[in-house]
Amino acid sequence: MTAVQERTADTGRTPGRDRRTWRSGRSGGRRRPNPWPYVLIAPAVLGTAYLLVYPLLRALIISMQDFKLEQLISGDAEFVGLRNYQELLTDSRFWDVVGRTFVFMAINVVLIMAISSLVALMTERLGRIWRALVLSALVLAWAMPVLAATTVFQWLFHSEFGVVNWALTGLGLESFDRYPWLANGTAAFAILVLLVVWQSVPFAAITLYSALTTVPGDLYEAARLDGAGAWRIVRYITLPMVRPIFMLVTSLEVIWTFKAFVQIWVMTQGGPDDATTILPVYAVQRALSSQQYDLGAAASMITVLLISGVLVFYFRQMFRQEAEL
Amino acid sequence: MNRSFRLRRLPLYAAAAVTVTLCLFPVYWMMSTAFKPTRDIQTDTPQLLPTTWTFDHFRTAVQADGFALFWRNSILVTVSAVLLALLVALGAAFAVARLRWRGRRQFILMIFIAQMAPWESLIIPMYIISRDTGMLDRLPILTLIYFMITLPFTVVVLRGFLATIPPELEESARVDGCTHLGAFRRVVFPLLAPGLMATSMFGFITAWNEFAYANFLIIKDQDSRTLPVWLSSFQNTFGTDWGATMAASTLFALPALAIFLLLQRHVTSGFASGAVKG
Repeated sequence: MTAVQERTADTGRTPGRDRRTWRSGRSGGRRRPNPWPYVLIAPAVLGTAYLLVYPLLRALIISMQDFKLEQLISGDAEFVGLRNYQELLTDSRFWDVVGRTFVFMAINVVLIMAISSLVALMTERLGRIWRALVLSALVLAWAMPVLAATTVFQWLFHSEFGVVNWALTGLGLESFDRYPWLANGTAAFAILVLLVVWQSVPFAAITLYSALTTVPGDLYEAARLDGAGAWRIVRYITLPMVRPIFMLVTSLEVIWTFKAFVQIWVMTQGGPDDATTILPVYAVQRALSSQQYDLGAAASMITVLLISGVLVFYFRQMFRQEAEL
Repeated sequence: MNRSFRLRRLPLYAAAAVTVTLCLFPVYWMMSTAFKPTRDIQTDTPQLLPTTWTFDHFRTAVQADGFALFWRNSILVTVSAVLLALLVALGAAFAVARLRWRGRRQFILMIFIAQMAPWESLIIPMYIISRDTGMLDRLPILTLIYFMITLPFTVVVLRGFLATIPPELEESARVDGCTHLGAFRRVVFPLLAPGLMATSMFGFITAWNEFAYANFLIIKDQDSRTLPVWLSSFQNTFGTDWGATMAASTLFALPALAIFLLLQRHVTSGFASGAVKG
């Protein structure tokens, strides 16, 4: 949703008008700095400082302390430098988790972007009624709360009475009769991918679709007059025009992979046998289940570092596009 | 339209039908299961259309231990977080959209970054901070966190809405003798109402759905739990009663579904077209 909101912010704001406001705001001619803006933003800044910056710093500090259950109770933790990071980076289980996180991310993002591109292209070609129908269905799926969707997927894939096993068995795949999806690592992983993709496609598809609708119609017409085929039109007109938004949505989906924490925690808690443990799940397991707050915080900081990398790319995309407009 | 043209479009409409089905089936299955009697749920041949309808599962869900309390908690936390965010964001958005000051760009950047905050990675420090300050197991800490989660988004969107209201309107009100605040209240505020509405509803949904913090910060005091956590532990509450579980999910999802459908115009055109037109 974020790309959308950020862009919305700039709708209708022209630099000219801004400058005018500025002047009229100072029409009194006095140069004394106006305290009002700072009073107005103070609560937002204080909130961010205490509820976002401080926890982040606190996590950084804990990740460099010896902080276990004992220190949680007594309250004094010893500074140990980078020892926790060292312990994590030499742990093969941690590297398994990192690898799994990237696999999970790659599969999700590729599926989400491929499917939503197809859905967006399809929606653009539909008639008015069908288009409204598809958009409504997408909005409804998008609106489904994470917890409700996760619960429903558990029911859909229920081993005994689940409708998926019934359908697969009915299609002649006898091996799916009472197949216990969540007991098998790969199957549980697949269900979580399916769930995340199902929940993420609507936003991506709707955003890409509205990007498509802004491509001027005469461009297509000109290309058609010049004898370009359907594929060449997509390749040389649609793709370049939609590319910036496509990149924005892709980086958002990469960042949002980590939000799958909720679905994973509710459905499998990272199991069976670590098969669905990605970084944020690992961090919470370490900290709140094994009371190794230091190692959990270190894993969290590594996650934040990874996300920041993508975030820099995302902001560069966003501001580059803003400069173009 | 001639026949060959229609035939050529057939795969397109087939794809559209598949998309609609895949999007709607889980939602439909949740609701239809909630209305089916248990013997039609626990069967080897599920019925795609319920033949007998029942409200029993909804009754079980509503009468479950603590349901009313968790519902109240969720509403309390969500509404106070959204109101707080709205109040704080309105001031900040006004400062950003209408005033020029040193540090404005930095502030906007801070808001953009805060909007992408990795909340999944802050659970551990939040747990320790709330523990140290005695906020563990209490609803106000959730209110504060949800306030912070929704704040950046609220600022950004309100700033966008404010920017579409010409400052001349305010100026003329001031010429006519209104104070700064009076001009804002009488002229800008009514025009801003739809924006406030849309923003607060999105904020509402975000806070309503939040699970991670509600799950890890409310541990001992079961009376402070919120609906998502309750729903996640349905297996303890209902055992294998999938009818009741689906009824509970439906009750939980209904506000969000209703709000999204109400805001559909914003979702598919307003918010999204702003996304690309800039």
